[in-house]
Amino acid sequence: MKNICFYFQIHQPFRLKRYRFFDIGNDHYYYDDFTNDDIITRIAEHSYMPMADTLLHMIEHSGGAFKCAISITGTAVEQLQQYVPEFIDKLKALVATGCVEILSETYSHSLASLRDPEEFIRQVHSHDKLVSNLFGKKPVVFRNTELIYDDDIATIVASMGFKGMITEGAKHILGWKSPNFVYSAASAPSLKLMLKNDKLSDDISRNFNNHEWSEYPLTADKYVDWIASLPEEQQLVNIFLSMETFGEFLPSYTGIFDFLKALPRFAAERKISFITPCEACEKMKSVGELAVPYPMSWADEARDVSAWTGNDLQREALDKLYSVAERVNLTTDRRLKQDWEYLQSSDHFFYMSTKHMADGAAHASFSPYDSPYAAFTNYMNVLADFLVRVREQYPMEIENEELNSLLLTIRNQAQEIDTLNKEVKQLRANILSAEEPVEVPVKKAACSKKAPKGKK
Amino acid sequence: MFGWEFPPHILGGLGTASYGLTRGMHNCGGVDISFVIPRPQGDEDTSFAQIIGASDTPVAWRDVSYDYVKSRIGHVMDPHLYFALRDHIYADFNYMLLNDLGCIEFSGRYPDNLLEEINNYSIVAGVIARTIPCDVIHSHDWLTYPAGIHAKRVTGKPLVIHVHATDFDRSRGNVNPTVFGIEKDGMDNADHIITVSDLTRRTVIDKYGIDPSKVTTVHNAVVPLSEEILSLPKPDNKDKTVTFLGRITMQKGPEYFVEAAAKVLRKNPGVRFVMAGSGDMMDKMIRLAAKRGIADRFHFTGFLRGNQVYEMLRASDVYVMPSVSEPFGISPLEAMQMGVPSIISKQSGCAEILDNVIKTDYWDVDAMADAMHALVSYPALHESLQKGGIEEMKGITWEKAGQKVLDIYRKVIKN
Repeated sequence: MKNICFYFQIHQPFRLKRYRFFDIGNDHYYYDDFTNDDIITRIAEHSYMPMADTLLHMIEHSGGAFKCAISITGTAVEQLQQYVPEFIDKLKALVATGCVEILSETYSHSLASLRDPEEFIRQVHSHDKLVSNLFGKKPVVFRNTELIYDDDIATIVASMGFKGMITEGAKHILGWKSPNFVYSAASAPSLKLMLKNDKLSDDISRNFNNHEWSEYPLTADKYVDWIASLPEEQQLVNIFLSMETFGEFLPSYTGIFDFLKALPRFAAERKISFITPCEACEKMKSVGELAVPYPMSWADEARDVSAWTGNDLQREALDKLYSVAERVNLTTDRRLKQDWEYLQSSDHFFYMSTKHMADGAAHASFSPYDSPYAAFTNYMNVLADFLVRVREQYPMEIENEELNSLLLTIRNQAQEIDTLNKEVKQLRANILSAEEPVEVPVKKAACSKKAPKGKK
Repeated sequence: MFGWEFPPHILGGLGTASYGLTRGMHNCGGVDISFVIPRPQGDEDTSFAQIIGASDTPVAWRDVSYDYVKSRIGHVMDPHLYFALRDHIYADFNYMLLNDLGCIEFSGRYPDNLLEEINNYSIVAGVIARTIPCDVIHSHDWLTYPAGIHAKRVTGKPLVIHVHATDFDRSRGNVNPTVFGIEKDGMDNADHIITVSDLTRRTVIDKYGIDPSKVTTVHNAVVPLSEEILSLPKPDNKDKTVTFLGRITMQKGPEYFVEAAAKVLRKNPGVRFVMAGSGDMMDKMIRLAAKRGIADRFHFTGFLRGNQVYEMLRASDVYVMPSVSEPFGISPLEAMQMGVPSIISKQSGCAEILDNVIKTDYWDVDAMADAMHALVSYPALHESLQKGGIEEMKGITWEKAGQKVLDIYRKVIKN
């Protein structure tokens, strides 16, 4: 029996405001609240909200047969909580049906997996914490930023205890292989891999509204037919899409929501069922190992990471950002940590791409900047201010290890003082109760007031 | 005088220099100046010169009333002058595109049809020359040479041309033949040529083959800055700031600044570099800074307007002008007035007259880096150049330059 696995991505970065050289050292707020509010509200109205309604409709009308996965980044959650809280409630309702699985990923949609394994692990944990707070569930399948994947990342993801990971079915990796099977990672055989079916995913995202396409118009009937006519042994079709595809890139007047709504009925007719990534990893066996020495992703024509690390500008920005990773993680300054998350979003680097032709157009259409150079100078100005703040916390002259040991000493001493204080308090109480048992109630009150003062 | 730009509507250094010189000459006394520009806006300073707009000068007869003229162009020109000019129309230009007053429209900028605009300007010059009596005709830069020549033919008065830049400076040697032709024609017809530096004087003599005896250098100067600008507060920056300010083009040598910055940062990471301005080489420079791994300390501001320039200078500790070929370069003088020590290339004209600056060859990145480092690291050097610079600027006045120009006038009138 064949299975369709749908997965929808929700992500929004915190876009930066125009940050001039003169602001460095004076202004520590980096974000363009107006634009962020504007964009998330618009996309929620056009896409997220109607999409959530559609999914709910599909689940209810199919009696729970329709299933899918959703992944949402921490930065998107924060913006939605602030500007469109009703969507978070919709998401909770979707998860409560039991038919929607939430995936794990990095908190800020970052490129940490390519740069800094420790930071990567920290971010995944902080994202998963957010997810379990919101939905009460711990994700078991991992989705990396932009489906970036290679052997090294697989090892890290497996070590965090994930069952499976979803990624791109890039032609240059698969060769003659089909993406319609479950594979396992060559570097970590316990980790199962689910690969995106490029053609069937693109048929929705790129071709659905393409009047020049030979198969136009695409109907649910036809689409399910294609899946049904795949060879018998290919049992899993992974359709991975960004959620904005529905309603934003493909406006609702194209009929995209009706197309989705009709899918479960036609699937049932042809005995095709829906499956979540978690179930797929549990039920299906790996047909072989997949070795990916160089990172791949779902972006651009090359399906590699050149969209974010392809030119000197991007590499420079990433180098400078991650040069302070260790230090930022030592600090307890909450605002600094928050900025650290937001500045890591892959989008900032995506805007700096200098690619031409079709890829360039895609980059430009997302970018709030006139040119990649404007994106770069603005980001670097912000980053310069951020680095100044990090340096104010910990001077550059001290090595990371030395700093770490100093901080450890301070923390140990604080703990020691705490325990000693407790002891003092207890002893005092003992003395008082031994000396004047009659006046106890009054003195005790005085004692307990004093004790916290001593702590300070 | 024929000019192209006049403050406050300026696009480059030409306007600043024209303004300063005219004011300096007026302050020397004994001279009445009529200054022709393509398109005045009405907010120009007319206390020391009469401003005549080419776009308000009729070249074809229109029967208009005094009141009409006053309501149309009263803010830029006295209607009496309009009628006086109208009486001196010398040919029928009705075939041209004219407005209701019989005037040709000018942009007053550097449009794509610049050559056409230069030609129109020279047609208008004919009317003005016939109307306004003069003893000397003075043309600023190649755009106005044809107008100057025309006026000389009409009046028979001597022509002085003022070379603020040649096409050899602008193009690093790849000269535009048309522009060269206009420049050469102007120089040949001039009775005397004023250059803004000895560097330019040599170019005029060597490249244009002009008789050295009729070429004189009159260095530019600066107008004292207003109290308001001088009292701008210095922002509280912990890092020292080294600034490049100007068009980011081949002529200005921006790449040498980036390379020198990379060298300084390797030794002293506590310095920030700013490249202020815009130009066709900006993207290339951003890329170069990223490639050298200094982009967190190397900032781009884009084009700065009005007072932003002075804010930038106020925030700077060192000013650098690494121009490959600069006829004069007024900006380091402004920086020095603001108390910012400057590093300039030996290939710039202002290097000939400045003492309290550090001069390096534009290509000598090591020397430039060394100078930057010294200025941010040794307060004694910084302070002495700062004080010396402010003092020195007090002695460089447009009045002195104006006097030299007046001397040249006397000479050509006598001949």
